[in-house]
Amino acid sequence: MPETIENVAIKVSVNGKPRSLNVEPRMLLVEFLREQLDLTGTHVGCDTTYCGACTVLMNGAAVKSCTMFAVQADGAEITTVEGLESAGQLHPIQKAFGDAYGLQCGYCTPGLMLSASQLLSGNKQPSEKDIRKAIAGNTCRCTGYQNIFKAIELAAQNMKEG
Amino acid sequence: MLSQLGDEAKLLAGGQSLIPLMKLRFASPKHLVDLNFISGTSYIKEEDGALRFGALTRHAEVESSAGAAKVPILHDCAAGIADAQVRNRGTIGGSLAEADPSGDWATVLMTLETEVRCLSTKGERIVPLPEFIKDAYTTALSPDEVLGEVIVKVPRKASGGAYLAFKRSAPVYPTASAAVQLTMEGDVCKEAVIALGCVGLTPIRPKEAEFALRGKQLTDTAISAAVESARGAADPQSDMRGSADYKRTLVGALVKRAIEIAVQRAAGKQVEVSHIYA
Repeated sequence: MPETIENVAIKVSVNGKPRSLNVEPRMLLVEFLREQLDLTGTHVGCDTTYCGACTVLMNGAAVKSCTMFAVQADGAEITTVEGLESAGQLHPIQKAFGDAYGLQCGYCTPGLMLSASQLLSGNKQPSEKDIRKAIAGNTCRCTGYQNIFKAIELAAQNMKEG
Repeated sequence: MLSQLGDEAKLLAGGQSLIPLMKLRFASPKHLVDLNFISGTSYIKEEDGALRFGALTRHAEVESSAGAAKVPILHDCAAGIADAQVRNRGTIGGSLAEADPSGDWATVLMTLETEVRCLSTKGERIVPLPEFIKDAYTTALSPDEVLGEVIVKVPRKASGGAYLAFKRSAPVYPTASAAVQLTMEGDVCKEAVIALGCVGLTPIRPKEAEFALRGKQLTDTAISAAVESARGAADPQSDMRGSADYKRTLVGALVKRAIEIAVQRAAGKQVEVSHIYA
C-alpha cells in the first residue's frame, strides 16, 4: 500500500506483564509477540490457519496468533508458552511433555501445550476423546501423537493431585 | 462508514477465513472494519420459540450453549467446525456473510426456518436464509449493510435433525456434508428437509430426495430412494479434496447416515454426532 498508515497504540497484558506499544494496524499477533516482544516460543508453522504452532491463549481461550491482528488483542490477556512456568518451575503440562516423551523436534510443542492448557482449565479429567478434540488443531509431524496424549493425561493426573 | 468506503472495505468478524485469504492475496481490502469491539453482538437468546444468535457469537459459544443444545443439529455443526482455536474466534454471522460453498452453517441452517437480520443506517430488514445466500461468496447484503442477527425457529418436539461432514483433517473445510431435519409421526415422516454442503455453489436442497421421504414410512427402500435422489442433485467439482464422483458417493453415504440419526433423535434418543475425519 503506497500511503503511510499510522500506527495504533495498544495495551496488552502478556504473560501477566502489561505492555503498551504502537503497532502497524495489520501486524499479526504472532509477529507482535515474536518480533516486538522477542517472545519467540510462539512459532509460525503454516501461516495459513492450519497447523496451530502459533497457538496462544487470549483471555484463556486458545487462538491461532497468525490469524489475528495485534490490534485485536488490545485490552486482552495473552499467555504464550513463556508464561506457563512460574518462579523458574516448569508448569505441570511442560513437565509432563518431558516425562512422557511428548515431543521430538519440539516445533509444535508450545502450541500443543497451550491447547492442552485450555482443555485442562475446564476439564480436570479429560477422556482420550476430549484430548483428541482439544488438539485436533495442532499438527505434529514427528510423534504420531500417542505420547502427546499420554503427556496430557499425565499432566491432568498430576494437576489433580497437585 | 460503509456507505462512504464502498466496496473497498471489508468487515472483519472472527477473521478465520478473511485473514488467511488476505495472506494469500486472494483478498486485499483497502479498509478493514473490525466488528469485534462492538459490544452486545455476541449472544444466544431464546424468545418466542426461536433462538437468536448475535452476529459475532463464536462457534465455541454455540457449542457450549444449553439453549442451542436443544436443537441437536446446531450442536453438531458448532462442535465440528475446524478446530478448537478456530471455534474460539470464528462467528456464525461471519460464516453466513462469507457464504463459502464449503461453510458449515449455511448448509445446516437451510434445514431449519432461519432468517437473517440485516442492518444499515437506513434501517433493518429480515431476509429468509434461502434468499440471503445468493451464490458462492455472494449474499443479499448490500455494501452498506451488516448482518446483525441470525434467527432460528426451534423445530417441534417430534422433529429431529443431524449434520454430518466428512473432512480430511480437523482444520480444513469438509469434502462433503449433509444436513437432515425430519418431523415424524409414529414411523411416518411428515416433513423432511435435506441440505447438501460443498457439492455446489450454494447449499443444495435435493427436493426429490425430500419428496421420497415425505408422508412415507422410512423403510430401507424409501431411504435408498432418497439417497439416490440426493446423489443425483449434488453438483460437485473435482478438486484436491476429491473427484466429483467420489464426492457424489460420499454425500449419499452422509445423507443416509444423517437420516438414520435424525429418525432416532426425532424419537427422543440422544445420539452423539461429530464431524468425521481421520
